[in-house]
Amino acid sequence: MSDETRTMNMIQAINSAIDICMGRDDEIVVLGEDVGFFGGVFKATEGLQAKYGKTRVFDTPITECGIIGVAVGMATYGLRPVPEIQFADYIYPALDQLVSEAARLRYRSAGEYTAPITVRTPFGGGIFGGQTHSQSPEGIFTHVAGLKTVIPSNPYDAKGLLIAAIEDNDPVIFFEPKRIYNGPFDGHYDRPVQPWAKFAESAVPEGYYRVELGKARIVRPGDDVTILAYGTMVHVAQSVVADAGIDAEIIDLRTLVPLDLETIVASVKKTGRCVVVHEATKTSGFGAELSALVQEHCFHHLEAPVQRVTGWDTPYPHSLEWAYFPGPVRLGEALKRVMQD
Amino acid sequence: MTGRNLPPLSLHVPEPRFRPGDAVDFADFDMPVAGAVARPEIGTAPAEMRDHSYAMVRVLDDQGNAQGPWDPRLAPETLLKMLRHMALVRAYDERLYRAQRQGKTSFYMKCTGEEATSIAATHALDYDDMCFPSYRQQGILIAREWPLVDMMNQVFSNKGDRLKGRQMPIMYSARQANFFSISGNLATQYPQAVGWAMASAARGDTRISAVWCGEGSTAEGDFHSALTFAAVYRAPVILNVINNQWAISSFSGFAGAEATTFAARAVGYGIAGLRVDGNDALAVYAATQWAADRARGNHGPTLIEHFTYRAEGHSTSDDPTKYRSAEESTNWPLGDPIARLKQHVIALGIWDEERHAAMDREVAELCKAAQRESEALGTLHDGLKQPFDSMFEDVFEEMPWHLKEQSQQMRDERKAAGI
Ligand SMILES: Cc1ncc(C[n+]2csc(CCOP(=O)(O)OP(=O)(O)O)c2C)c(N)n1
Ligand SMILES: [Mg+2]
Repeated sequence: MSDETRTMNMIQAINSAIDICMGRDDEIVVLGEDVGFFGGVFKATEGLQAKYGKTRVFDTPITECGIIGVAVGMATYGLRPVPEIQFADYIYPALDQLVSEAARLRYRSAGEYTAPITVRTPFGGGIFGGQTHSQSPEGIFTHVAGLKTVIPSNPYDAKGLLIAAIEDNDPVIFFEPKRIYNGPFDGHYDRPVQPWAKFAESAVPEGYYRVELGKARIVRPGDDVTILAYGTMVHVAQSVVADAGIDAEIIDLRTLVPLDLETIVASVKKTGRCVVVHEATKTSGFGAELSALVQEHCFHHLEAPVQRVTGWDTPYPHSLEWAYFPGPVRLGEALKRVMQD
Repeated sequence: MTGRNLPPLSLHVPEPRFRPGDAVDFADFDMPVAGAVARPEIGTAPAEMRDHSYAMVRVLDDQGNAQGPWDPRLAPETLLKMLRHMALVRAYDERLYRAQRQGKTSFYMKCTGEEATSIAATHALDYDDMCFPSYRQQGILIAREWPLVDMMNQVFSNKGDRLKGRQMPIMYSARQANFFSISGNLATQYPQAVGWAMASAARGDTRISAVWCGEGSTAEGDFHSALTFAAVYRAPVILNVINNQWAISSFSGFAGAEATTFAARAVGYGIAGLRVDGNDALAVYAATQWAADRARGNHGPTLIEHFTYRAEGHSTSDDPTKYRSAEESTNWPLGDPIARLKQHVIALGIWDEERHAAMDREVAELCKAAQRESEALGTLHDGLKQPFDSMFEDVFEEMPWHLKEQSQQMRDERKAAGI
């Protein structure tokens, strides 16, 4: 395996991760709607069917329940399926197979049976996809005992995390922030899109490497306030912090379950302030969990209430997308509030 | 078992016949003869008409003459109205497809080549029958003569959009036209249509419901739940499957078409199944009329497979040349639904080329004028939008405290930031 790096966007990095894993382990199979000949509607599996054949990379009937149920069955046989759900908004028909089956198989059989599957699915808004191509349902899955939840924010992490997820022996939901497939998005929708090639995280090793699950990344060290983010929101946070000139510590969680609590607690104890950012709706969102954990572990260090910057508690609207999206204005205001106190 | 002298198992993965660049030859397509399929009594037990799920009802022959027992013998006005509606929906699609390409909205989907499956079906229903469409049945609204401007306002998410800019383009809702709110999630409307029909029956009503989905969507569990309920309660519902051969890049084989027909899904559930030439407006009309009479006569549901072809891309986000041969749509053996109905009315002596050309110009003008009117109320990115706080309305009937708070927060934050 070569250590040489190549400039990759997030799609290419994800494609490379699956390719590397399939080359190393012939038990890995890829299945999903339009993933075969076409290579997926976002092209994440392009070329894989030609390389590994139709019995390892194949299109499926349009039934998400079927896709995940079949993946669990294939895993029971001994394969390691990597199903794609075309949009996270379409994962709901698969909930029973994920929540009642994949998540609990190890537990209910006391380890006799397991479900080492990695469900890849594009999520999040910012593409004018309306309510059925924009949702961020991670909170539904972090609430389920037995599922791991991973969300990358850049090409380097996407590849390393996906390899670690595929190699993990438990079911993993791998949410891909589709707004940043081709370039980071800082929330300034009126500015031209920057391709990944202009950013260091697009230098991705061609070969095998892992980014371990359960380890956050400090994107920017700082002393004044801790910002907890993941996916697209990492880039929004970076841009807001740069513009506001605040010495914030930005943490990209990368894995929500299992969470890197240590890194979070150490940071908040240092800064005494915390802002949690996610695109998903607020009520019972993952931000509520983060905020509770910070309160439990850092109560005596907190100088201000933990702030949550999230999508509003409404379905994702089509035309008012930018009023819904928790962009720079909203994060900027939250930072002002948390710094005031 | 070891010791058994059998070759190893192998996994079958379907593969379409033609891929990009392939020469397309439908010579071995077994063209069903127009007029050849019998028309059962409307009360026929499903078990007595299983053959209909494997045959194909066709009325129009190659010369454009109506043949056989399924000829609905429509009045000239009805035929010409259907023709006009089909031409209108095609012109409408052309116009809005172009508007999307010009950046005036985010997305569009055409129904080109499939116009008959919604237009002719709607003509065979009563106006107060309830329709549960998928995203490719704009033809229902056109056939119910819903205002084009209202449809365009939705596509542009503008100030005049009754749906307040919340839905992606083409996800219409028109309660007054008995047209259900379209979902982006496939096949969810199927059990809903059955439920509506069950309610109508339970209340001793006379109205029936009709539902549409693509052949690809028949794989979803909702489709199968719907068929079970429809069969158990003999719901007065027409279950339409638009088999346009493709589901984005996946050919119909991935929904089971290599093994059987979609109409034959009815057989296992004990439902009457009909398979029709979906590019033959008369066959679609006749099958729908049969199913509607059957439902109204308390004889239960009918599943109708409309065999057609998706002549263009899945949507504005799609490039079909990447996965299928471009020749497929030109060589499609069942032709174009508008051309075929046109040939019929000309053969009847009630229409001619000149009038057809004039009609095409007239519907194009109509769409153009409607677009001008709609664009005066804004397009997606030009700033003429719904008010920001409209976003918080209709989540619930009454806005709870947390949404009031969030709405206020949004206004405060925007003010503080000077926007
Ligand atoms: C539950 C769900 N899964 C996946 C999708 C993505 N998707 C949108 S359209 C489509 C293909 C549907 O094909 P078909 O049912 O044949 O209808 P057609 O587009 O041909 O009219 C897919 C997979 C979706 N909208 N909803
Ligand atoms: Mg289809």
